[in-house]
Amino acid sequence: MIYYDRVTKIYADNSVALDDVSFSIEPGEFASVVGHSGAGKTTLIKMLLAEERPSSGSVFFESVNVHEVPMNRINTLRRKIGTVFQDFKLLPNKTAYENVAFAMEAAGRPEEEIRSDVPHVLDLVDLGDKMNNFPSELSGGEQQRVAIARAIVNQPDVIVADEPTGNLDPLNTFEIAQILKKINDLGTTIILTTHNKGVIDSLKKRVITLDRGKIVRDDREGKYIL
Amino acid sequence: MQWLTIKRIFRAGFLDFLRNGFVSISSILVMTVTLFIIGMTIFTGVILNTALQQLRDQADVSVYFIPGAPENQILQLQQTLQARPEVTSVTYTSQDDALAQFRALHQNDQLTLQALDELGVNPLGAVLTVKAKDISQYAAIAQFLQQQQQQALQAGQTSIIDKINYFDAQHQEALSRLQQITTSAQKLGLVIIIILVATTVAICFNTLRLAIYTSREEIAVMRLVGAGQTYIRAPFMVEGVLYGLIGGIITMLLFYPLTYWLGNATQDFFGGINVFTYYITNFGIFFAIIVGTGVVLGALASFLAVRRYLKI
Repeated sequence: MIYYDRVTKIYADNSVALDDVSFSIEPGEFASVVGHSGAGKTTLIKMLLAEERPSSGSVFFESVNVHEVPMNRINTLRRKIGTVFQDFKLLPNKTAYENVAFAMEAAGRPEEEIRSDVPHVLDLVDLGDKMNNFPSELSGGEQQRVAIARAIVNQPDVIVADEPTGNLDPLNTFEIAQILKKINDLGTTIILTTHNKGVIDSLKKRVITLDRGKIVRDDREGKYIL
Repeated sequence: MQWLTIKRIFRAGFLDFLRNGFVSISSILVMTVTLFIIGMTIFTGVILNTALQQLRDQADVSVYFIPGAPENQILQLQQTLQARPEVTSVTYTSQDDALAQFRALHQNDQLTLQALDELGVNPLGAVLTVKAKDISQYAAIAQFLQQQQQQALQAGQTSIIDKINYFDAQHQEALSRLQQITTSAQKLGLVIIIILVATTVAICFNTLRLAIYTSREEIAVMRLVGAGQTYIRAPFMVEGVLYGLIGGIITMLLFYPLTYWLGNATQDFFGGINVFTYYITNFGIFFAIIVGTGVVLGALASFLAVRRYLKI
């Protein structure tokens, strides 16, 4: 489903973020990518979203080379990938409801569907009563749950979560991990990057370990080992 | 584009406009200043043009006829002149009128009047005063008159034309000076207007760019969530159009009391044009120019400003 083929990324200042990385992820898998800060986890994610271009190698999503999709059509590919970030990346001028609805509107979904799906998804992440709050009125954990609701509302094939618990306390971290696990149980592929040992050890799923841009371990049912 | 998408774009534009209250207000203010200056340059241009036109209207060429020249021939020449496209008017002053004018002019100069009375006959000839559309056209008119004079002379007759004042060195000098002054005043006015308008348009562009700069992270988020380029850009353009529309209407409202207040002053000062009357009679076109400029400026500035943040 997702295939990284000998991907290397060297930034303008000659720092090597990824060094000849190859791996594939099957549909329905829950793959965690772990490593120290600067190991190349975020670069790996940005490659899949076509936010960054590889210096060499290619990234395939459902047999489409991501970096051969023209700029004005990349959005149709991104709709198939739900994204969750460490800094939430919510739209500050929109309420929780509108943030989730935006993803559906951008995908051209009809109004009735939006009106029925958005409250449903927000209920799923336990935010049904805070739909009309702006992000600034929500806690970090709540904001991240809005971001997850936004990521899943279009029923994407994959959810990419880049350090989703990085800014959260242990309780919220645990909750977010549980929500992601639940989504995965319903059949959605998940790629999670983190350096939270507790999350990884509790998931008992595949773990890809990155160090200085190289894959050093890839375990079927791994633990956080570094 | 689908109706649903258009509806969403407008709703998003209006909502952002309302929720970004402070940014919207400052953008409208800058837009108003820009449109106000554009409006002022239009008024200045109109005032300058009428003032210069009045100055140009001072110019004319006079043809003096010999005393006793048959009136029907003079009137015939008047008609020929009037038929020429560059001529705006030809005024006929008969011998008697010329005498009356002369007397009026010298009413305090008894010596001259006595000398005139001594003569017994009217020594003054009739006069045709020709006004052209443009100062540069007087040369051609004078040449035409001279030809008439020479044709008559060649035919062995005496010409009825005594003198054409265009060929006086002084008159020619005065005409060319007038021409120089009016054209350079017009050029200078145009240059100042262009500089003013270009500066304010640049300031307006920059302000809208800064307003959108504050939204650059939002634009990136929208891209990552899977929104298309047009779907992100269009609401910003709706906002820009709103700035222009509101700024334009405020400008038009400001001009009402301003021109009312300045109306009589401009009429007395620059002669002829009352800016208030001008504002009222040309309201439609004026509204279209000011509001249209605002709308186009707002939409274009937003369009260009968003472009650089869409490259993700």
